[in-house]
Amino acid sequence: MNIKLIASVGVALGLVVPTAGFAQATLATVKERGYMNCQVGLPTPGFYALADDGTWSGLDVDMCRGVSAAIFGDPDKLEFQSVTSAVRFTALASGESDMLSRTTTWTAVRDTQLGLDFTAINFYDGQGFVVPIDSGINSAMELDGATVCVVTGTTTELNLADFFRANDMSFTPVTNENVNVIVETYLGGGCDAYTNDKSGLAARRSAFPVPNEHKILPETVSKEPLGPVVRQGDDGWANLVRWVMYGIINAEELGVTQANVAEMAATPPNPNVARLLGAEGNIGEELGVSADFMVNVISAIGNYGEAYERHVGANTPIGIPREGSLNALWTQGGIVYAPPFR
Amino acid sequence: MALSTEAATPKSSPSNPLSRMWRDARIRAIILQVLTLVGVIAFFGWLVMNTAYNLSQRNMSAGFGFLDVSAGFGIGFTLVEYQEGDSYLRVFYVGILNTLLVAVVAIFLATVLGLIVGLARLSDNWLIGKIARCYVELLRNTPLLLQIIAWYFGVFNLLPRPKQSIELAEGFVLNNRGFYLPAPVPEAGFNIVLITFAAAVIFAIGLYRWASVRLDKTGKAFPAISTGIAVIICAPLAVHLALGAPLGWDIPVLKGFNFTGGTSVPPSFCALIVALSAYTSCFIAEIVRAGIQSVSKGQLEAAGALNLPPNWTLRRVVMPQALRVIIPPLISQYLNVTKNSSLAIAIGFPDLVSVWMNTSLNQSGRAIPIVAMTMAFYCLVSLSVSLVMNYYNKRALLKER
Repeated sequence: MNIKLIASVGVALGLVVPTAGFAQATLATVKERGYMNCQVGLPTPGFYALADDGTWSGLDVDMCRGVSAAIFGDPDKLEFQSVTSAVRFTALASGESDMLSRTTTWTAVRDTQLGLDFTAINFYDGQGFVVPIDSGINSAMELDGATVCVVTGTTTELNLADFFRANDMSFTPVTNENVNVIVETYLGGGCDAYTNDKSGLAARRSAFPVPNEHKILPETVSKEPLGPVVRQGDDGWANLVRWVMYGIINAEELGVTQANVAEMAATPPNPNVARLLGAEGNIGEELGVSADFMVNVISAIGNYGEAYERHVGANTPIGIPREGSLNALWTQGGIVYAPPFR
Repeated sequence: MALSTEAATPKSSPSNPLSRMWRDARIRAIILQVLTLVGVIAFFGWLVMNTAYNLSQRNMSAGFGFLDVSAGFGIGFTLVEYQEGDSYLRVFYVGILNTLLVAVVAIFLATVLGLIVGLARLSDNWLIGKIARCYVELLRNTPLLLQIIAWYFGVFNLLPRPKQSIELAEGFVLNNRGFYLPAPVPEAGFNIVLITFAAAVIFAIGLYRWASVRLDKTGKAFPAISTGIAVIICAPLAVHLALGAPLGWDIPVLKGFNFTGGTSVPPSFCALIVALSAYTSCFIAEIVRAGIQSVSKGQLEAAGALNLPPNWTLRRVVMPQALRVIIPPLISQYLNVTKNSSLAIAIGFPDLVSVWMNTSLNQSGRAIPIVAMTMAFYCLVSLSVSLVMNYYNKRALLKER
């Protein structure tokens, strides 16, 4: 009995040792599986909001929907994974998620040391503070000695420390990995200020019991380029995600919208539109999807401007005006710019 | 593989020397143990190599090189000096101290509380017994994580804000930012008070030893415990007053956003300590009750027949026998407290798991070294606690002659 057991363990070891590599391309895996694993954060209005019926929506969710539409022609071949900030990169690098789209800041350390590849930027953000109006605070420079709520494991946490250090001020952090706990602590008065990217502050504030009792301080203390992330080492997959993003920016520049995309695809008004929508060239095939993949993407989520206005624009509860901000097109004073689609 | 030839040998003829070796139980045992050892080593070697291979496949950095890199984030509660620019190694150190603080304070409170509740459960007073029983049944039958969160959000987070703080006594302030208390500031000459205190403790221990030896020899009792306590309290106090009270107090005062000065612990610490000690005290109470009830009734009757005073009966008859039953499960409870303190992460108290295995891991991305270091720490602490307690257990064991 003993001998048999030991012998079988030995055989098992012999079988397991040549571990399968990590070579299988993500796109092939996703196609074979029939859906994509899209990692988002804990529900946040505007970027990855969870409706009562269990459907996800938002600017970051639209990135996943766009990629799904590009691959399957259907924006909803998605399995959503709602993961805390602290374990997001592990979940992606270990292969649980195919793509991460959740207001994640592009930094050198993350890009070079965590086995991740940042593809593009879908929102230019900066960190700020929100305080209760009755605190009488009007500037972040008045926060010396304050207790500040912050989600742990974020660049926000590092910028917070940098800001106070740079200005020779002291603070006490109240940290938690769960953003809902942090917001609850702030609303309960457990800290004097809550810090996050300003888009996140606006989104959270819109969901406070009485939003008007809180204000976002004018200072922006960091730059936060946010965008979708994939695993490093699969350039084909990274290219697909990157060009879906660049595709919807190009679509906005060229005036292709959700409403007119079918008509434009049928009768392209100029060669640029023809290439974008697959009537000319072979960009889609080389990416491993259909030639007209951008038609599917734009039919599903619209161009970048439409997605922005639908989820976080001035007419939404989040209300982050696009005009005059970094997130306007480069032709309109912003820095949203994509390489040409050719 | 060598394994399969071993498995096949018994079938060959008995005259084969290999087969004869196999039939010798002693040699067979050695062979099997060597094979098992090789198997275990091979398994762990494979684990390490496989991990290293997979990490490099995923382009993830490994190794301990990150330890002297600046961490760059703030920590809300530290026992030692810590600045945002300090290294990850320093963060590890801060986390360890915070975890140990929680463990020590919670173990102390849980033991005191558990002893009281355990004795109360045995009380002849119907009401006290039932209250103790309700306490035990309610707290030990709900999850600890739930209790920690309930204490944090239900109590400590709902306390008044700093400007409406509850002032328990001069300098003792409670608000939703934490519990503030005066910090002692030793002045010149306070060392002498401390030396007196140490001397008094040594004297009290000596006195107790002397008294028990005398009791064994002559049967004459001496109130060593009460005398000892009196000496420990009175001697340093007398020296302290004689030197003109060389100890100042730094009293917290409301300044700007919050109280400054003194010493303070955050609400998450309070919630964690209360929940951990209350939860563990239930188990300790049951252990104490079981221990005391394990002492046979005849022993009590014999003590009564000898007309021993009740506290002697408890100290000299019941406790020495009960401790033999109490200590082994008590060790497990102490280990549990240490490990359960890692639930601090739910309410954001910066213990080792929170600042090291969560924040540092995520900021540096070095999952494997960080998890390994954390596991090594908990393993080391648990083994040390059980070593100390096992030593004590050995002393309390029945001396069989």
